[in-house]
Amino acid sequence: MKRFKFKNLLVIFTLFFASISNSFSAGGGGELLKVDWSFKGITGKFDRASLQRGFQVYKEVCASCHSMQYLSYRNLGEPGGPEFSEQEVKAIAASIEIEDGPDEQGEMFIRPGRPADKFKNPYPNVKASIAANGGAYPPDMSVLVKARPGGSNYIYSVLMGYEDPPADVTLDDGVYYNKYMIGNKIKMASPLSDDIVEYSDGTQATVDQMAKDVTTFLSWAAEPELEERHRTGVKVIIYLILLTTLVYLSMKKIWSRVDSEV
Amino acid sequence: MSKEEKKVNRRDFLFTASYTIGAVGLGAVVWPLVHQMNPDKAQQALATTEVDISQIEPGNSITVLWRGKPVFLKRRTPEEIAEARAVNLSDLPDPQKDEERVKDGKDEWLVMLGVCTHLGCVPLKDKGDYNGWFCPCHGSHYDVSGRIRKGPAPTNMEIPKFEFVDNNTIKIG
Amino acid sequence: MSDHEYTPKSKIGKWFNDRLPLLTLGSHLTDYPTPKNLNYWWTFGGILTFCLLTQIITGIVLAMHYVAHADLAFASVEHIMRDVNYGWLIRYIHSNGASMFFLAVYIHIFRSLFYGSYKSPREVIWIIGLLIYLLMMAAAFMGYVLPWGQMSFWGATVITNLFSAIPLVGESITTWLWGAYSVDNPTLNRFFSLHYLIPFLILGLVVLHIWALHVPGNNNPVGIEIKKPSKDTVPFHPYITIKDTFALLMFMIIFAGFVFFSPNVLGHSDNYIPANPLVTPAHIVPEWYLLPFYAILRSVPDKLGGVILMFGAIFILFVLPWLDTSKVRSAVFRPIYRQFYWILVLDVLMLGYMGAMPAEGIYLVLARVGTLYYFAHFIIVLPVVGLLEKTDPVPMSISEPVLTGGADPALARKDNEKI
Repeated sequence: MKRFKFKNLLVIFTLFFASISNSFSAGGGGELLKVDWSFKGITGKFDRASLQRGFQVYKEVCASCHSMQYLSYRNLGEPGGPEFSEQEVKAIAASIEIEDGPDEQGEMFIRPGRPADKFKNPYPNVKASIAANGGAYPPDMSVLVKARPGGSNYIYSVLMGYEDPPADVTLDDGVYYNKYMIGNKIKMASPLSDDIVEYSDGTQATVDQMAKDVTTFLSWAAEPELEERHRTGVKVIIYLILLTTLVYLSMKKIWSRVDSEV
Repeated sequence: MSKEEKKVNRRDFLFTASYTIGAVGLGAVVWPLVHQMNPDKAQQALATTEVDISQIEPGNSITVLWRGKPVFLKRRTPEEIAEARAVNLSDLPDPQKDEERVKDGKDEWLVMLGVCTHLGCVPLKDKGDYNGWFCPCHGSHYDVSGRIRKGPAPTNMEIPKFEFVDNNTIKIG
Repeated sequence: MSDHEYTPKSKIGKWFNDRLPLLTLGSHLTDYPTPKNLNYWWTFGGILTFCLLTQIITGIVLAMHYVAHADLAFASVEHIMRDVNYGWLIRYIHSNGASMFFLAVYIHIFRSLFYGSYKSPREVIWIIGLLIYLLMMAAAFMGYVLPWGQMSFWGATVITNLFSAIPLVGESITTWLWGAYSVDNPTLNRFFSLHYLIPFLILGLVVLHIWALHVPGNNNPVGIEIKKPSKDTVPFHPYITIKDTFALLMFMIIFAGFVFFSPNVLGHSDNYIPANPLVTPAHIVPEWYLLPFYAILRSVPDKLGGVILMFGAIFILFVLPWLDTSKVRSAVFRPIYRQFYWILVLDVLMLGYMGAMPAEGIYLVLARVGTLYYFAHFIIVLPVVGLLEKTDPVPMSISEPVLTGGADPALARKDNEKI
């Protein structure tokens, strides 16, 4: 009888949490597009091929304006990520020019990137990025998915949400209408168009495909620990249930000596 | 076995199982708390350093930083090499041939961790009784091959893993 | 209590115990006679101890990697999440641990309210508990500032600005708190220092809390004193330890669910945007556990009034033992109070919900109604109901829940029913 009520309480509080968290995740624009991401759910994993394609979209489309300063090239080869081979990671890093120094003469110099380097910023600082983008800061994309209510679905929706403005909306120069953007106005022109990148694995580079791939890549970038977290979590919960059962039986045994219900 | 005893046995089994599995869980919790103090992924990724050696004249040496420690790169003269190889191994506290401390065919280049094997100070170059290095902390003398000759240090200075990328570049690590 | 008769068996034990009676203390703790009718609501004391220790241990680890500097704090948190071995696990345990800690403390407090655990002779336990709760809020608030995200920065700005409502010296106090002319690097540094200190103060108070508890002994669901220790109580170990362990494991399953499968659901996405002193987020809210107080603050249109009412909402709890005029402890035997108790629970939940909503329209009206009831409950309902209420007959002892002579089966059932 009492155990049943104990559970009741947990249900009540879980519902309470859920209602609170729902109130947080209320977005700004319309109802977001929902995608059945492979990395959702308690055993969710990233789609490797999609991550690799997503990186290509990032590199060829996003990276010209958006920084990703908390990632390093070595991350691209780490387990749970795009898992490029060591050689591929080295080649990707080496294709980037990194400023290093000072050398023995006190001069800064340019060298090819190494896997240990952080992703190169497209601009020397935040102010330069704002000045170069019509007064709007292209946000750093390292944790962008975690920094937006709606997460992956929001990023995907914004990429898919460009359309002609309704008749009653007037837009200034350099401002675009987006169905899902908070406030519906965005200073980034639609970044994707069909075949803007050429996938090496032969996948057709439609806007929808690229939006999904790059969103997957950004989701991994924000939560590179996700696969390990899910794996560990399943083990921990199974362990706890086992131990709880044993302790419950032990408790029953011990309390059976007393004339009181547990 | 009486009924009573069976009951007791089951109880014992339950308690033992609970304790054992609980202890396993505690152990599993301790590991992340210990492992977090080991070098992180960013530290591990910095494990190699490339050094340009084209500017070093024979007889000179440079010191570079690798994993936070100094590495001595010395370009030895033929006389120094000869001196290092003339030493009788039985005179050495930590016997090791000079040939084993350099790369074949590149024996003018001595690349070693510039850390005294006694308690981790950085020895001074061109000092001491054996034309090599001398550690000022507790007076260890090293020869021109970086081998311990006199003083409290137990072993020769360590040779890190390194390779020649080309004739002008050494990769340490 | 039998601890005075305790003598260690071994010679070394006796030698040591004569000099520092740790073994006597240990024997007191294991033998401590505990009412045998404690239900699961009483397991949250142990759960809270677990929460405190978890926060301290994971916190010490995080402090080894975190950098308390405005330019580096956000990056160092990302470093913990990406590069430090198991850094993500330890940080998620710490951040979700704060929420679990508050979840447990609210259950613990409402348990006390239902069963009248705050009443004589346990007033001091209650007051120490409230001090712990105040320190918990301070620690949680300062901890939330440390990642130096947008919510960190603006939460710190709003909360420190509360003090500016104080007449005459308010401005000076906020500037003093900041160590700058706005929330800035000096603020972050001192918050880190205090965030590290406070848990140890809490730990000290927890020792006092338990000490004060062991003087009169536990309250229990029936709310009457122990009459016959041999019949009414069980030794703390193994009876209570095993029960607490079982409840703790259930709690840990939920905890693990948050940590591994939705570690950010209780947080706010804006805190993954680095602090920007030029832009305030569109909708700023505190963490869920502070929402009821936030709703009270916003329900008053006057700056000073709002601050006074918010702090008043906590400080009124300190005089609760003297506001409650009823001689009967447990709400099990107080039919009228029981109704108001549940209204209070719903009221606080509603206030929490209103705190998360924008302060406008119907939300603001409901927040004001909620605030009004919150104070009315303590100032009017408790004293009046205590005087007027006709309580149900209270049993003679824990082991004999039925009144002597009055073989009313309904009463016995009521005792089993609890809540």
